[in-house]
Amino acid sequence: MTGNVGAAARAVDVWKSYGTGEAAVTALAGVSVEFDRGRFTAIMGPSGSGKSTLMHCLAGLDTIDSGDVWIGGTKVNGLRDKGLTELRRSQVGFIFQQFNLLPTLTAEENITLPLAIGGQKVDRAWFDTVIDTVGLRDRLTHRPTQLSGGQQQRVACARALVARPEVVFADEPTGNLDSRSGAEVLGFLQRSARDFDQTVVMVTHDPNAASYADRVIFLADGRIVRELHHPTAADVLDTMKSLDGDDRLVVA
Amino acid sequence: MLKATLKSVLARKLRLVLSGLAVVLGVMFVSGSFVLTDTLDRSFKDLFATVYSEVDVQVAVRAKVDAGDPEAALAGTLTADDLKAVESVDGVRTAVGDVIGSARPIGENGKVLTTSGAPRLGTAWRDGGQEELREGRAPQRDDEVAISAYLAETGGFTVGEQVSVLTLEPKRTFTVAGIFGYPGDRDSLGGELTTAFTEPVAQQLLLGTPGAYSGVTVRADDGVTQAVLRDRVQAALGDEYQVKTGEQLAKESADEIGEGLAFFNYVLLGFAGIALFVGIFIILNTFSIIVAQRTRELALLRAMGAGRKQMIASVVVEAVVIGVIASVVGLGAGIGVGALLATLFSTFGGGSMQLAGIAVPTSAIVSSFAVGIVVTVLAALLPAVRASRIPPVAALREAATPDRPLTRLTVAGAALSLVGGGALGLGFVDGTLWLIMSGLLVSFVGVALLTPLISRPVVSLIGKLLAWSVPGTLGRRNSARNPRRTAITAAALMVGIALITGVSVVLTSATTSITKVADTQIKADLIISGESTNGESSGAFAGDRMDRVLATPGVESGFGWYNDAVLLDGQQKFGVVVTDVPAMERIFGLDAAGGTIAPLREGEIGLDQVAATALNLRQGSSVVVQTTKGEQRTYTVAFVLAKSRVVNDAVFLPRSVVDELALAKISSAFVKADAGVDVGSLRRSIEPLFADNPEVSVQDLSSYARQQAAQLDTVLLMIQILLALAILIAVLGVINTLALSVIERTRELGLLRAIGMRRAQVMRMITVESVVISVFGALLGLVVGTALGVAAVQALEDVGITDLGIPWAQLGSYLLVAAGVGVVAAILPAIRAARLNVLQAVSYE
Repeated sequence: MTGNVGAAARAVDVWKSYGTGEAAVTALAGVSVEFDRGRFTAIMGPSGSGKSTLMHCLAGLDTIDSGDVWIGGTKVNGLRDKGLTELRRSQVGFIFQQFNLLPTLTAEENITLPLAIGGQKVDRAWFDTVIDTVGLRDRLTHRPTQLSGGQQQRVACARALVARPEVVFADEPTGNLDSRSGAEVLGFLQRSARDFDQTVVMVTHDPNAASYADRVIFLADGRIVRELHHPTAADVLDTMKSLDGDDRLVVA
Repeated sequence: MLKATLKSVLARKLRLVLSGLAVVLGVMFVSGSFVLTDTLDRSFKDLFATVYSEVDVQVAVRAKVDAGDPEAALAGTLTADDLKAVESVDGVRTAVGDVIGSARPIGENGKVLTTSGAPRLGTAWRDGGQEELREGRAPQRDDEVAISAYLAETGGFTVGEQVSVLTLEPKRTFTVAGIFGYPGDRDSLGGELTTAFTEPVAQQLLLGTPGAYSGVTVRADDGVTQAVLRDRVQAALGDEYQVKTGEQLAKESADEIGEGLAFFNYVLLGFAGIALFVGIFIILNTFSIIVAQRTRELALLRAMGAGRKQMIASVVVEAVVIGVIASVVGLGAGIGVGALLATLFSTFGGGSMQLAGIAVPTSAIVSSFAVGIVVTVLAALLPAVRASRIPPVAALREAATPDRPLTRLTVAGAALSLVGGGALGLGFVDGTLWLIMSGLLVSFVGVALLTPLISRPVVSLIGKLLAWSVPGTLGRRNSARNPRRTAITAAALMVGIALITGVSVVLTSATTSITKVADTQIKADLIISGESTNGESSGAFAGDRMDRVLATPGVESGFGWYNDAVLLDGQQKFGVVVTDVPAMERIFGLDAAGGTIAPLREGEIGLDQVAATALNLRQGSSVVVQTTKGEQRTYTVAFVLAKSRVVNDAVFLPRSVVDELALAKISSAFVKADAGVDVGSLRRSIEPLFADNPEVSVQDLSSYARQQAAQLDTVLLMIQILLALAILIAVLGVINTLALSVIERTRELGLLRAIGMRRAQVMRMITVESVVISVFGALLGLVVGTALGVAAVQALEDVGITDLGIPWAQLGSYLLVAAGVGVVAAILPAIRAARLNVLQAVSYE
């Protein structure tokens, strides 16, 4: 069985629960979703909806109880640690909310780290393209402590892209940034999908951030409940409200 | 607050175990040495109480020169008349003449049997003595002996077999008539080997005089106390005799052993001190890291209103808890180790010595707790103060406080290093032990404080040599990112390595000096000498053998020397009688600083420069000389030798005094071959002259030098084993630092794993960090230790260590060991790091 050629990542009837017996909490209840190649998708939902769990399971960071997860042509569930490491190294890029960089390495070393770990050569032309896109040319020799939060997050983006992975997963990438730096990072993710055909999956609870995506899927109680295409921030906000009817969940 | 602290200690069990372990090992050493020496001390008291249980008073000849070695030299012998005089004293029930001397049996392999410390004795058989025959009968003929059960066991002798024994005379062979034991079914009293001859044979072989006694053992009539009888015997015999009660002798013998044990105890405690000193570094480091990691937590407490004193108290209480637990565990382990060593000592060292029960002396308990708690609290004090200085606002800050500048640390380090080095230098010059010790400690602290400054360049250099892969580079950078932490961890390792290196340098220099003296100063081709075991040297030979050696074709010249302690104006010196002074002058390449070197005539002595300076004598001076057996006489100094590397602090006496020495035998001889004569074949033609004495060896110069030097190797090995403990503790420190760093860098590790680092790569990263720290510590230790060794060698020039020798191969092996230690220390932290759950690690707070 091979993966769908059009989908960079795919979840088929994925179930996942934490704990056992009375205390068991179902995080994912039969989620099936495809992420088309070259598209920027945002996953939204209130706290506890399972959005982070979905992303972690897709990326092979967490195990699933049943169902199947695919990255490109690779079936993720069932892989042992070695296979998962290989997958993360070559087919997946990560951007976390914070603490994306190793303090002992310069920006450039951080960016090329996934390639260096795998013993691969850096494609200079592609590296230059990425660097120019994120605008870090004059910051390459700086250490993370010498960079602003926004710059650090852009370094993280560049690192996620430089190995040309099947999918870049971004977990609340703007959660710790001011709105201007956040906009820069989001704009960059948008462009990498549009210009470089890079599949990007982003978890966020910020409707404004979600509005940069080509597609937004909404999770509630471990199920996909709604989907929007090319929404505005207002569309997203309205959907959130209608889902829960509770303003408290929406943090602008 | 207290409750919060205790909870925090329990919550971090790993940290508790690792930092506590260093203290446990140190305390174990302390209590173990107390338990061991206490047990041995009581065992020896029991032993001597048994030995002297049937002695009320003992008479011997008072020594004129107290050589401090009760077995080596017999001050003189008693006659049958003396025995009669004792017998006639009122209150004496029985008086028995003792004949006791040195007798070394030869084993089946032709080698002389050895013990590990206990004497090899010969006696005259007495019916009704302590000895209990187990097999056969008492010796009746002159060619019969009875042997102790321990000797029978050691040598594999049975009744009816032949046994050869070395005494004052060369090898004599006897038939084993009987085998005896001692009361309480003991094979020996304390591991000694005993051969019992008939009385006339014993007198001839052991004392060299027919009809002589080495002492008289007296039993008192009922109702006469030992002290009363002693005084009566003393009054009857006069002051030339030494009269002591059995109790007195038992106490003196036990005290003498006790002094030896006390020294042993000091040595063990010294090593315990080193172990604890290293432990301080580790505890300090652990608490520093913990405080750094808990900065936000501590700041939160401050923000909630905790005072500075409370902050200090919280850290100190934690230290006390660790200290108490570690002391209890260390004390328990120490009792076990002490008991184990005592048992080993009694079976291995003492043959069948009976151990008194293992007890735990109060000193062990008190010192264990004092040392354990004080050391831990002391080490935690600095981090505690640092914790109290955390501002409340740190709770709100994201990043850890930036590295403070190293200026103050470096200045303090430089100052302490200078002070310590100065004290050390003074100590070496004066030979003041406490100055050397404190100088050493202060210097170590000073160098440790300087370490952070040098760690950055040195660590990155070491790292570059060791690591080129990506995980390697990361490991190298990790080890460089917190210079203080790396420095203290490395400094702990430095202490052990520096001490081992220093000792190695000194001992290698000693070896080099011996070899160099042999190569350049001594022009002898062959050296004839006895062996020396447990400090009792045996294998001396009679003067006529020397004549036969000199008569051997191919011998150009040679000389033998007799030696014994003598008193010069009341000061004890190493006295030598040389058979041929001009031959010595040529073979040793001696020069005169006063007078001319010539054979000494009656009433003349010669001195070397060191002895002359010490006694404030010159050529022509008069000096009163007392030999072991002779009368006091006034001698004139005929010559003074210029400073030489061969002769050191010696007094040369004329040949006429040979018979006044404790042992009128040649202890070693130096022979020069005729030009063109093959030394090997000359040796083979001289060796048969000593065929009857396996204790004498004929060696060429280089093997003699090697043999002398080989004794130092044993010393080095012992010291290496003991100091290995300090290194072991330092390894715990490396493990501790790495484990805490792994916890601290959980998120980083998670990130690395998330972007595709393999488990093996993570482990390699940690291993490189560990090896870099260890190698750094070893390099520091090698440099500091070599400097220490060189300084000590300079100071020891007077003792004859004149040439510096650097044991490069050993130093290289220490470095390799350190690298190996790094790999081993990394194992657990690396596994822990590799096993981290990526998802949890990334979101670790």
